[in-house]
Amino acid sequence: MSRVLTVARNAFREAVRDRVLYNLVFFALLMIVAAIVVGQISMDIETVVMISLGLSAISLIGLLIAVFTGVGLVSKEIDKRTLHAVLARPLQRWEFLLGKFAGLVLTLAVNTAAMAAGLFLALLVVKHSLVRSDSVVLVAIYFILLKLMLVVALAMLFSCFTSPLLAILFTGGIYVAGLFVSELRSLQLTNLTAQMQKFFAVISYILPNFGNYDVMGAAAHSRGIAGRLVLYNTLYTLLYCSIVLGAASVIFSRKDLK
Amino acid sequence: MKKGKIAAWVLLLLLPAGFVGLWRLQRKISVERDAMHQEQDEVLVRSPKLMRLLTGEYSPLAADIYWTRAVQYYGGKRLGQDTNLESLWPLLDLATTLDSHLIPAYRFGATFLSEPEPRGAGRPDLAVKLLERGLETNPEAWRLNQDLGNVYYLELKDYAKAGQTYLEGSKKAGAAPWMKVMAARFLEKGESRETSAMLWSEVYESSTDESLKENARINLQLLRADEDIEHLNEIAGHFATRFGRPPHSMREVMQAGLIDGEPLDPAGYPYAIGTDGKARISQKSPLFKQQSTYRRPF
Amino acid sequence: MRSPAIETENLAKEYPHGFLHLKRKTSLESLTMQVQNGEVFGLLGPNGAGKSTTIKLLMGIIFPTAGSARMLGKPASDVSMHGDIGYLPEQPYFYDYLTAAEVLDYFARFHGLSAAERGERVQKMLKKVGLETAGRIQLRKYSKGMLQRVGLAQAILHDPKLVILDEPMSGLDPVGRREVRDIILELKKAGRTILFSTHILSDAEVLCDRVGVIAGGKLRGVGSPSSIVDVKTLGMEILFELAEGKRMAGRFLGNATKPGAGFRLSVAENELYAALAELDAAGAKITAVTQIKPTLEDFFMELVSKDRAQATAVEVSGK
Repeated sequence: MSRVLTVARNAFREAVRDRVLYNLVFFALLMIVAAIVVGQISMDIETVVMISLGLSAISLIGLLIAVFTGVGLVSKEIDKRTLHAVLARPLQRWEFLLGKFAGLVLTLAVNTAAMAAGLFLALLVVKHSLVRSDSVVLVAIYFILLKLMLVVALAMLFSCFTSPLLAILFTGGIYVAGLFVSELRSLQLTNLTAQMQKFFAVISYILPNFGNYDVMGAAAHSRGIAGRLVLYNTLYTLLYCSIVLGAASVIFSRKDLK
Repeated sequence: MKKGKIAAWVLLLLLPAGFVGLWRLQRKISVERDAMHQEQDEVLVRSPKLMRLLTGEYSPLAADIYWTRAVQYYGGKRLGQDTNLESLWPLLDLATTLDSHLIPAYRFGATFLSEPEPRGAGRPDLAVKLLERGLETNPEAWRLNQDLGNVYYLELKDYAKAGQTYLEGSKKAGAAPWMKVMAARFLEKGESRETSAMLWSEVYESSTDESLKENARINLQLLRADEDIEHLNEIAGHFATRFGRPPHSMREVMQAGLIDGEPLDPAGYPYAIGTDGKARISQKSPLFKQQSTYRRPF
Repeated sequence: MRSPAIETENLAKEYPHGFLHLKRKTSLESLTMQVQNGEVFGLLGPNGAGKSTTIKLLMGIIFPTAGSARMLGKPASDVSMHGDIGYLPEQPYFYDYLTAAEVLDYFARFHGLSAAERGERVQKMLKKVGLETAGRIQLRKYSKGMLQRVGLAQAILHDPKLVILDEPMSGLDPVGRREVRDIILELKKAGRTILFSTHILSDAEVLCDRVGVIAGGKLRGVGSPSSIVDVKTLGMEILFELAEGKRMAGRFLGNATKPGAGFRLSVAENELYAALAELDAAGAKITAVTQIKPTLEDFFMELVSKDRAQATAVEVSGK
């Protein structure tokens, strides 16, 4: 365990020293400021707009980091051969993967928290006071973080067996597909045979359902979110991540490195 | 290597179990989410002027996007059998403000804003507003006169205004000759089945949008069905005079030789005789349900 | 008797090759060898011979297609014994956003040292490889030679019983190379086992107890540097000086060459005295007489050329 943590600490340190991340976070904060401006002009739904835009910004930035850095976690090490000296340690390959994963997730958590703080500050500026129902935004942000965890896991999986470019494309592709999963399930096209419909239904359960994490409507309108949903989404994410990382470990453990 | 191989096989065997777990969790999540009544904010920025400012020279592109969203929004609501169309007006308002020459948007809005719930938004006033803007910025578009006239005729029952706008339209270059004819009918006869049929016929011919065409087609079918039923009721009356009682079924009427063959409604289903002895659309016909959701033609 | 530090049995590696990965390229063919405890073993061979492949197979960076390998008595795939093994990769590269001290500290953490021990070790290592002053600079600013030194440091910082170095001298200037040689000798004195690969023969001759020569993916010979070649004298070499203007006539003089300031002549062993007499008669001043023995280099070059000829022959014959 301590070995995993060692790798994680280092992965976190690497992310922190990467200047690109700061720029992205800054950009997100900028968007939140813009959201305030736009909110002022949109008669009487300023908080709705601000929360929507703010959450979108946090989600988008987080996704960019998750995909690009996630793919690089393994690819960069293989390409630059920094991996060789690390694997010469008494360290299992899966421990290495897990540590990298934990490090990036931690980084994302910190970034997201920073952007969330920015959003709450903006809310405070506009509303002049925060009420209990605003905590729904926290849940929305937690869901964004869960979503990012899953994206990182997928990025790592793909980067274990394809080139970095393809890994980015596949991860992005699965994310987009995952947004439409619920639509896939209820496909009502009349010219589909029953078998085709079943096929799509099966696919819809295998693909990661990223729509699960979208609670922007509730957050924007300060409507409550069931505790059960929080639990289920957390379990879903943990289970899916385990599957993906397990597969990645198996692939990575047999891979000939350069 | 051996340990690694064992681990790989174990993971492979656990995989289906994992996916089953995901499946069950997913169902629980879906239940929770459905209970949440998610309201998607279709229109975040409500100020068309602001959008115009923000999009600058790309306004027509933004207009197209809003227009597409409007169509998807409408389609999505219909599919999900959700009757709340309150975002339709803002979407169309935005689309036409950003691009005042977006004729399809005006035409779409004319029908689906004005028609009563559940089929439309039930806001003929907004439809009028939209069309007036369209006519102002596109003075040569006689089709919009047609659409505006239809709104006045069908929803607002203002036959004078309907005739007036049809007349204006008939004077524009390229206007179809029946515009003048329809104008006269409105002004003279007000509402009539024949007029309505002609109206919907023209709409059906001229629409390129599938939803509009479908809408017109069903209205036409219902009108025809109405006519058929009137005719059938006449025959039922003949039956009553001859046999001293209203008919119990269509077969009785057929057996009495009062009609040739089984009368079918425009959807191809046979008409039925109700318990009151009057003809009506069969419950099996798709027109039956549509009858209640579409405007009751007279 | 303790098991050897390293032993391989028919270790082989093939790579899928060519369009559609249908052909197979053999990188290493059935290698069977042993490295005993406490010895310095050199893996010699030209570039692409399979030295790095062997080492990577041992370290679990790539996986064999056949055969097996054991290190310190355990299978090579057992990563837990890496705690007793130090490895310097060829052309090492480390996280360039870290400083040398941070990299060494990071690696040290995997070996279960306490924080105090770690700090001490890191400093000691930096000093040992001559990077004391550069310890706080980010690695992205390091030269190749400096990176090589960091590589060496991370290989020995946990005081491993077995040290494996892949081309440890590459990228170093003569001073650096001397320092590395000294470190290797120091390790040997401390009873450690060392395996290193190189294509520089003089290093192997000086440092190694035994040498394994690999060419074309095959092990051609194992033994002490001197035993690997036939200790057969190939002849005698005479170095001499001759005054200007003297004629270069005579059976031997005629074959002399002038590589620099003086002359050089090679003769068969049994003709030595005859040649000396002729030179003496010509008034030459003899500066040196030495035996010509085949060097490791000759053995090497012969192997390589034989190998190439064989490879070409195979290609031509279409097998």
